[in-house]
Amino acid sequence: MASIWEYANPRKFLETSDRVLPWLAALAGVALVVGLVWGFFFTPDDYRQGSTVKIIYLHVPSALIAINGWLMMLVASLIWLIRRHHVSALAARAAAPIGATMTVIALLTGAIWGQPMWGTWWAWDPRLTSFLILFLFYLGYIALWAAVEDDDTAADLTSILCLVGSVFAVLSRYAVNFWNQGLHQGASLSMDKADNVANVFYLPLLVCMAAFVLLFLALVLLRTQTEIRARRMRALLARERMS
Amino acid sequence: MELVVKELGVARGGVRVLEGLSFVLGAGQALILRGPNGSGKTTLLRVLAGLQPSVAGRISVSRDSVAYASHADGIKGQLSVAENLHFWARLHAERDITRALEAFDLRALQDRLAGALSAGQKRRLGLARLMVTGRPLWLLDEPTVSLDSEAVALFGAAIEAHLQRGGMAVIATHIDLGLTSARVLDVTPFRARRPVGDAFDEAFL
Amino acid sequence: MIALLMRDLRLAVRAGGGFGLGLAFFLIVVALVPFSVGPETALLARIAPGVLWLGALLACLLSLDRILALDWEDGSLDLLATAPIPLEGIVSVKALAHWITTALPLVIAAPVLGVLLSLPAQGYLWLIVSLLVGTPALSVIGTFGAALTVGIKRGGLLLSLLVLPLYVPVLIFGAEVARRGAEGQAVQVHLLLLGAITCGAMALLPFASAAVLRVNLR
Repeated sequence: MASIWEYANPRKFLETSDRVLPWLAALAGVALVVGLVWGFFFTPDDYRQGSTVKIIYLHVPSALIAINGWLMMLVASLIWLIRRHHVSALAARAAAPIGATMTVIALLTGAIWGQPMWGTWWAWDPRLTSFLILFLFYLGYIALWAAVEDDDTAADLTSILCLVGSVFAVLSRYAVNFWNQGLHQGASLSMDKADNVANVFYLPLLVCMAAFVLLFLALVLLRTQTEIRARRMRALLARERMS
Repeated sequence: MELVVKELGVARGGVRVLEGLSFVLGAGQALILRGPNGSGKTTLLRVLAGLQPSVAGRISVSRDSVAYASHADGIKGQLSVAENLHFWARLHAERDITRALEAFDLRALQDRLAGALSAGQKRRLGLARLMVTGRPLWLLDEPTVSLDSEAVALFGAAIEAHLQRGGMAVIATHIDLGLTSARVLDVTPFRARRPVGDAFDEAFL
Repeated sequence: MIALLMRDLRLAVRAGGGFGLGLAFFLIVVALVPFSVGPETALLARIAPGVLWLGALLACLLSLDRILALDWEDGSLDLLATAPIPLEGIVSVKALAHWITTALPLVIAAPVLGVLLSLPAQGYLWLIVSLLVGTPALSVIGTFGAALTVGIKRGGLLLSLLVLPLYVPVLIFGAEVARRGAEGQAVQVHLLLLGAITCGAMALLPFASAAVLRVNLR
């Protein structure tokens, strides 16, 4: 059986992702439309929260991607540090702006949801604060990539920053818990008590989450392709200079 | 002790500049590196010093036996000449700096702040640092920049003395240092070849 | 290693700006606070621990880029990297020198500035303790940031952007200890957590800093 590392070859990666990408994008689009339309128009209003509850279909999936996007960058950074596959480093680079955008979406939708529910756009609640800090980490990571000229150096530096940042992000998460007990409800979804959210809301939410995951994957593949081609172009320019 | 370099390849900014480089340097020998600008002399010296990884080949020497001197001297202008030398000596667990001061004619300047030295005097101080490291292999990158002919002679004598004691030196320079026993290595034939074809590998080249 | 520490201390004293600038900055930040929130004593006393912590943190931040950038520019860092001391030791000593020249004067000045903000009498002890325990972490984390940005021209702003999020846990626990101390509440838990962060940072971050520095040197 072929090793998974075969796909770490840029050429192989480009070929494979070219084939997968249209399907993935189409699937993500369909799931997004189905999930959001179902969620927005075919679910009843909550008896306490009214129709404001429907923002959950954007809020929860974007928050999911915001966190798991960083996790994916962490894994990709580790693969780069250990196995030195360039595609891995470029994938981490490609994922960062997407993760940052998702963090902003989660914060914005949270504010819009919070206004009618808590009577305030923003509160220094542990969850909100953690997301703000996560956003700062994304910004720093992206800025460091942009600031370092040499590609390999930038990949190494950002990977180590991602590693150290992850540790401090977790630390911050627990620190803010000590610092302020919040307004935010606990996680609405978990494996053992799926009855937290009634099924009518739950199923479309699952579809939306799946859609966001697919969207994230499609965007990461697309952006990684772009990064690979840009990198290849710079390598060709360097090759020209050699002769 | 001996420096053996085998089939060495070095890269600068992700692009290979030298490959297939092999040479042997025994105790008491010096090697002069020649080659046009950008041919990879500085990169080669940095690889030998252990500051940069090589991309291929082997180097027999451990990084604990090299003393590296580049264009920048690492001199602190707010410290006096003697303080600068003392610092590097203590870092390398050596005590005596008088020999280094004398070899480069810095005796009279030793209490002057290094920031007040001329470019040539700074260079001499930078080279004097090599003598207080107590290390056998000197790696010198264009050591004679901004030295006058008198100072070049002093420097040549210092290297000779170092070789006499069984030391070694690899020097990238275009000036004749008056070293009688030095061999010359032109790095031009070892320039890395351009990869051919359109296929590209992990390094995108 | 002691030689390196002595050299860095000597350089900080002779270069002038070392002690002075950070302290002056701290003083100015604290002096500006009453202008922005009003001279009401009760309010100032309430926010004093937090303001002092934030001021000390920013004053620390100001001098971070000097930790490694000067040695980078004149080539000393290349030479230090080939010295018999491992790079991990070098960055640790650098962080220690930064702490002694920048953070320690801030810790000593903090109680004096506490008077300006009418910090309650019981708060002084815990303010000093929290700063003493917390600031080493600031220096070590700052050295990591300095190592990351050492090769970048005008990296000062980027350095702040990278380091400030890393400072969040230290600031939270440090300011919390100072606040609880001032209000006469129990501080043990938060102080221990602050100490844990400092110990962890001192033990592990030098490896990250050295790794990053090696990448930047090649």
